[in-house]
Amino acid sequence: MAQRSAIPLLIPARPAGGNGAQPPGGEPGPGPEAPAARIQTGLWFLLVAVAMLFVAFTVSYLARRTAPDWRPVPLPALLWINTLVLLSSSAALEEARRRGRRGAGGAMRRALGLTALLGGVFLFGQIAAWRELAAAGLFMRTSPHSAFFYLLTAVHGVHLLGGLGALGYALRRVAGAPQAAVAVTLGAVAIYWHFLTVLWIYLLGILWV
Amino acid sequence: MNSEHSTQRSGAAVGIALAGLIVAAVVGTMVARGRWWFPPLASAQGRAIDALFLATFVIIAAAFILVQGLLAYFVWRFRDRGQRASYWHEHRALELTYTIIPAVVMTALTLVAAGLWSRIHSAPPAGALVVQVRAEQFGWKARYPGPDARFGRVDPAQYHPRRNPLALDGADPAGRDDLVVDASTRELHLIVNRPVEIRLSAKDVVHSFFVPGFRIKQDAVPGMTTSIWFTPTQTGQFEIACAELCGVGHYAMRGRIVVQTPEEYAAWLAEQAAP
Amino acid sequence: MAQVAHAEAAHELSFWRKYIFSQDHKVIGIQYALTSLAMAVLGGFLAMFIRLQLGWPGQSWPLLGRLFPGGMPDGQISPAFYLSSVTMHGTIMVFFVLTTLLTGGFGNFLIPLMIGARDMAFPFLNMLSYWLYPPAILILVASFFVSGGAAGGGWTAYPPLSALPQAAPGSGLGQTLWLVSLAILIVAFLFGSLNYITTVLQLRTRGLSMLRLPLTIWALFVTAILALLAFPVLLAGAIMLLFDRTAGTSFFIPAGLLLGSVPVDHAGGNPLLWQHLFWFLGHPEVYILILPPMGMISDILANNARKPIFGYRFMVGSIVAIAFLSFLVWGHHMYTSGMHPLLGTAFMTTTLVIAVPSAIKTFNWLATLWQAKIRFTSAMLFALGFVSLFVTGGLTGIVLAQPPVDIYFQDTFFVVAHFHFVMGAAAIFAAFAGTYYWFPKMFGRMMDERLGKWHFALTFAGIYLTFFPMHYAGFMGMMRRIYSPALYAHLRGLAPLNVFISIAAFVLFAAQFIFLYNFFRSLFRGRKAERNPWGATTLEWTASSPPPHGNWGEALPVVQRWAYDYSPPGVAEDYLPQGAPAAAPIRRGDGDGRREH
Repeated sequence: MAQRSAIPLLIPARPAGGNGAQPPGGEPGPGPEAPAARIQTGLWFLLVAVAMLFVAFTVSYLARRTAPDWRPVPLPALLWINTLVLLSSSAALEEARRRGRRGAGGAMRRALGLTALLGGVFLFGQIAAWRELAAAGLFMRTSPHSAFFYLLTAVHGVHLLGGLGALGYALRRVAGAPQAAVAVTLGAVAIYWHFLTVLWIYLLGILWV
Repeated sequence: MNSEHSTQRSGAAVGIALAGLIVAAVVGTMVARGRWWFPPLASAQGRAIDALFLATFVIIAAAFILVQGLLAYFVWRFRDRGQRASYWHEHRALELTYTIIPAVVMTALTLVAAGLWSRIHSAPPAGALVVQVRAEQFGWKARYPGPDARFGRVDPAQYHPRRNPLALDGADPAGRDDLVVDASTRELHLIVNRPVEIRLSAKDVVHSFFVPGFRIKQDAVPGMTTSIWFTPTQTGQFEIACAELCGVGHYAMRGRIVVQTPEEYAAWLAEQAAP
Repeated sequence: MAQVAHAEAAHELSFWRKYIFSQDHKVIGIQYALTSLAMAVLGGFLAMFIRLQLGWPGQSWPLLGRLFPGGMPDGQISPAFYLSSVTMHGTIMVFFVLTTLLTGGFGNFLIPLMIGARDMAFPFLNMLSYWLYPPAILILVASFFVSGGAAGGGWTAYPPLSALPQAAPGSGLGQTLWLVSLAILIVAFLFGSLNYITTVLQLRTRGLSMLRLPLTIWALFVTAILALLAFPVLLAGAIMLLFDRTAGTSFFIPAGLLLGSVPVDHAGGNPLLWQHLFWFLGHPEVYILILPPMGMISDILANNARKPIFGYRFMVGSIVAIAFLSFLVWGHHMYTSGMHPLLGTAFMTTTLVIAVPSAIKTFNWLATLWQAKIRFTSAMLFALGFVSLFVTGGLTGIVLAQPPVDIYFQDTFFVVAHFHFVMGAAAIFAAFAGTYYWFPKMFGRMMDERLGKWHFALTFAGIYLTFFPMHYAGFMGMMRRIYSPALYAHLRGLAPLNVFISIAAFVLFAAQFIFLYNFFRSLFRGRKAERNPWGATTLEWTASSPPPHGNWGEALPVVQRWAYDYSPPGVAEDYLPQGAPAAAPIRRGDGDGRREH
């Protein structure tokens, strides 16, 4: 179905001529938007909030990094494997959406399950990376670098846990649902999930370098 | 809904209340001027600060009287007396006027204040007396560099709460003539008309070095040294107050400054040197 | 229709689903409002402790000492208890009363109704948003009873004081609980903001373009965006501070600290980082607290003046400008912090700039009253009071905006006076105005107007008498968060002033019980309200009082005009509702400067 832009034009057209019968505000309003646009709008603004959280962490991190006593700690190579796992989960999610669009309900649900599984593997992998660090004697208190590492991975992980919850919810909802609704639900989950994947790559980037 | 009579009364009452507010504010401020006002000015750059405050005060007092007055007048004049309200709700010129006038006033204040601010934070003049002040829970410790005008090194390992509270390194000859004064139990001494730079540090939490008479305030932040400079222009005693919440003793974190003539100051210094 | 069937199905809901875990925005709004009211009483009591101590330092209060033995040994308020009172008073009033009431209470109730929607975009998320609030309260209140007592570092919680449990009794477990409670509440605010933004963008009824929105909605909408952008930054800071306290990190704690004689085992952090993070939220937060009032006051003034709000477009522009600029001024809380002086100059500039849209709004409110037909309902009285209080508070902001002058006033009672006028007075007045105005819609009954007038008179006088003299205390240099000014020679003359303020504060607090009595009595015994008792133009008044689940029956209202057709020319009625069809033909030449709509 034709979807309107999620963010409608905020400044309506000026009334033609400045006087007379034109109602103020120009064009009449669009009327209530379909649920798809609603969910999309809500999700994009959610991403804005999550992004601001990490902007604040980033600013704090960069401020700390520029101090003369900065000594980075070696980060486990496991993180690269975790990254691949997370990327794969995003791929699996896209696969699920493709299957959903083609109406292949079973394959779609399997792909969704794979996404969730890979997400879970990622989280376990993160915990494993923590344990590797701890075994090397690197805890939150050891150095600012390790502090930020634990902090950023933890906060990202918590959000990913939320994403797993969303996946679980989506799995239940798409059972027997019409294709349009499925597309909306999976689209919403995808926005959030891919955002977390991109966010992870960004975090790894600033932590590793 | 109000009866017409009640509306008349309410309109008059609110108008009178607002007018009364203006009167009370003016009278109250005049009373306050006599007893609850700034302590006498005792520093050189404080003069410009007081002048800027006075100018701002005049502006906001005028605005206060104008706006509260208009409010009082409109509320009384346009109370419901059976008239129909006017549909008038746009007037670009008027709106631009009360956009531009505040903007001009704000710009003028910005420029003046910016100039003064940069002067306040300019480098202290050569020959300024330098004093280190360390804030702690709950008092002030000052250190003078002594005749060699150099501060000795600090060695945290040599800290002792009573004998060496500033953790001076006994091995550093530059520190031998440093003079440490507890400005809470005794006083920090300054010389009248001699600029002084205060270098602030903090031992534990954030404090703030506030001397109302000099119109100065600067936070003392752990992990960094902040500084301000000023020139005391009156002899006498002045109080240091802590102006940043620092714990349960925050209210008792009082210090004292004594501003003396050069002769008195020299005499005081000599006293400190004597064993 | 699906929506009506859904509305009817609501009758099948259990008591729990209808009134407790409701997803109806009206119920959620009322839940927010009532909970905020309870917190306001608590916050008010804490203020009474503060004034008791400042009015009569050193005095013993045996009766209170028996009620609060922990905080008042021998009947004397202890310094730690005093600081906890100050901290919790501020925290509760800012976050747990004003933010929750204005955005959660009024925002939830009004947004769908004023835009012609049946409910918020995400009703389940909305319910979740409210139900994070009571747990946050429980954690916060619990902090009073833990060892060391409630947090005592001020609502600003500057580290290292707030980061080192040994630095003060109030920096113990109480501070941790404070941070956890705030974090939970921030998530509630974020969920709420998502709802408000999406609902205003997507669920406006037909005909309701953005420039036909009432200013209440513009304000709530822009406020929600502010909250969404700003609160996460404080959340980040709170998380880092929690780790500094519990995990040995040093985000905010530098090296070399000594508490007493005990070295502190942290290094590398910067206390100023917290200040930047805190005020990056803290300043937009105060605009979160003043923008919805500005919007509501505009609508209430217009309605009671029977006149369109003056300068609607400039009003919308000002709201947006204030919101945008509010992100650029936070450093004016930090002029003496030790940050680079050039930053001070930059922040001064933006701060003085933000005064301009506030001035525009003030003059537009005045112009709205010009040639009006003012009726003095309780709502209108509080709306007029708002204008007066906002002017007073805003003007003193101009003093504080300039760093050279702020040096003297920073952390003195001049600042306390300033923010009480804008937040504790003006914003609260708007909340009162909104309550008197929308109570009929919320509960289907009218509040008592006579009690309302008494409430107004006592509160208006009480607020000026309590907070105006605080400016004078600031002139003398009386510092904030001071357990007793008596130790300072330069503050010796303050005692009579502090006594006066305290007595005025007691009277002010007592007067609020008139409101409480009126509110609760009217809930059960108030005169039944008609659909549109105030003759208002906006859409919520086309629903019944109170509206059913789903707000309207079969047909949603359709909007034909803007929200301010009061006393429209060429029409017999003294107002035209937004949803009413086009009125009689417009006659040209009906007067200068009057645009026909």
